[in-house]
Amino acid sequence: MNPVLEIEHLSFQYRENIILQDISFNVSKGEFVTVIGPNGCGKTTLINIISKINRPGKGRIRLYGRDINPMLRRKMARQVAIVMQTTDPVAMTVEDYVLLGRLPFFKKYQFFENRHDIDIAKKYMEMTGVIKLAKSKIHEISGGERQLASIARALAQEPSLLVMDEPTSHLDITRQARILELIRRLRQELSLTVLMVLHDLNLAGEYSDRLVLLNKENGRIFKAGTPEEVLTEQSILDVYHTRVMVLPNPVSNKPLIFLASQDAMDSK
Amino acid sequence: MKNKKIKKWALMLSGLVTLLMAVGVLALCTGSAGIELKTIPGILLNGKGTADYSILIGIRLPRIILGMSIGGALSLAGTLLQGMFRNPLVEPYTLGISGGASLGVCINILFRFYSVIGIIAYPLSGFSGASLVIFLVYSLNRGPQHIRSNRMLLTGVMISYVASSLVMLLMAISKTDDLQNIVLWIMGSLDEPNTVLIRIAFFGSLAGLIISYFFCFDLNALMLGEEEAANLGFNTTRTKKILFITASFLTGLSVAVAGIIMFVGLIVPHFMRMVTGPDHRILLASSFLAGAIFLTLCDIIARVIISPLELPVGVITGIIGGVMFIWALSRKQVTL
Repeated sequence: MNPVLEIEHLSFQYRENIILQDISFNVSKGEFVTVIGPNGCGKTTLINIISKINRPGKGRIRLYGRDINPMLRRKMARQVAIVMQTTDPVAMTVEDYVLLGRLPFFKKYQFFENRHDIDIAKKYMEMTGVIKLAKSKIHEISGGERQLASIARALAQEPSLLVMDEPTSHLDITRQARILELIRRLRQELSLTVLMVLHDLNLAGEYSDRLVLLNKENGRIFKAGTPEEVLTEQSILDVYHTRVMVLPNPVSNKPLIFLASQDAMDSK
Repeated sequence: MKNKKIKKWALMLSGLVTLLMAVGVLALCTGSAGIELKTIPGILLNGKGTADYSILIGIRLPRIILGMSIGGALSLAGTLLQGMFRNPLVEPYTLGISGGASLGVCINILFRFYSVIGIIAYPLSGFSGASLVIFLVYSLNRGPQHIRSNRMLLTGVMISYVASSLVMLLMAISKTDDLQNIVLWIMGSLDEPNTVLIRIAFFGSLAGLIISYFFCFDLNALMLGEEEAANLGFNTTRTKKILFITASFLTGLSVAVAGIIMFVGLIVPHFMRMVTGPDHRILLASSFLAGAIFLTLCDIIARVIISPLELPVGVITGIIGGVMFIWALSRKQVTL
């Protein structure tokens, strides 16, 4: 199957610091790939390169086989939606905010959103559970609700590739599950491809098809593969310098990471 | 939802247009000649050649048109800048654009460019000064990828200080005649006898409004930040460049024709945002109209408050604008 996203030998340097080095991996259609790694390992930089905010020093990214560098932003926005880590508080209503996701599809002299745009915005507001906040202002709702609204906005772009930077960071456990379940459902219904950055290793292991673990020390990929292959006690010790226990989740059989005090780990 | 929005916006715009016409009529019958409202239609229709007719058509009407154009232009420039910087405290003055424009016009007065290339030298020098500042602010803040908004604002404030110091320097070394010219012009007045300048102001401000409308969706997306706007498919660098030029054109024009008129670009967009919401599709036009209303109203006050003498309109906008802004700050969180 042709990959949706191909990342080839990507390197990025900020002044003297090497952030990413020789990063290569593919994301296939309908796949859910999560990039994990310690703070400052370049996860967000990777997202910024994919969204053309930062330019890579070396390497390139292809979307459906085409180099994204010369690609028009508007054309890209019809295929890729990006949910950033934080959403700034603005005074517009949630409804108008979600409708902004339809802008890449506006025709040249279109001035008002049409019925179709409004229906799509409503559909995703319902799916993300922010429909009851439709008339509330973005700057008056909570950080978690704002995050949901920004996911609804990204989905209103009806992308084939959804790129998300820490989408669950401001959410409680109910909403974390809601978002990840929603994404799982959308993958099945729309064969949506998802590339995500997550801090929470257990959530990453539970929901992703594949994980890409970045190593902060050299900016390279430490390991890439299924959650079972990547989330091992040894790889976490090597990359995070922390001893953990990894046991299979009794329900899903996916790896679950347990953190205990280092004394308790010694006595074990 | 869409129809409701269209209805709401149409209502707002027609309300503002009605208010603008009402203020225009009020301005037409305000003045020392004491022309009453009910006599105006008669004078306009049959009174050609009379003194009242020439007061209305030759003096008051051009002043009203100028006031509306300048008010609209300044308010629109403020709306554009506030939208791009995502900062409600930004306006042509805080960014140094009007400082640059006034320096340009001062140089024009001192070196008498107007006697070489004619009256067009005023708006041209204003626009040149304004563009120079924008270029300076822009190039001093060029990051590897993005223009850094906060640093840019600070640079603008500093350039504004430098420009006003240079204006003072020019005043200090100028001859008495020139000094008087500069002082009168800096105080800000809509008493402009030259119809060419009035026409330039009128069509220039309308052109600014039309250009801005090509970027109303870009401005809406920019509210979320440059990166988010780029993710929604907008070329933010190009948009910012064009809108900066538009804002400096509007400011340069206003400063050249009417001198320094404070706060219109700050206060009007701020209040209109409270009324219409932040959507630039309605905000651009309503700010333009409200700016026109506000400045015409301020000019009426400036003309009657110490009648038969006249106050510079900048004094009135400064006082009303400042007080209203402090009041707004104290009652509501300032946000875009």
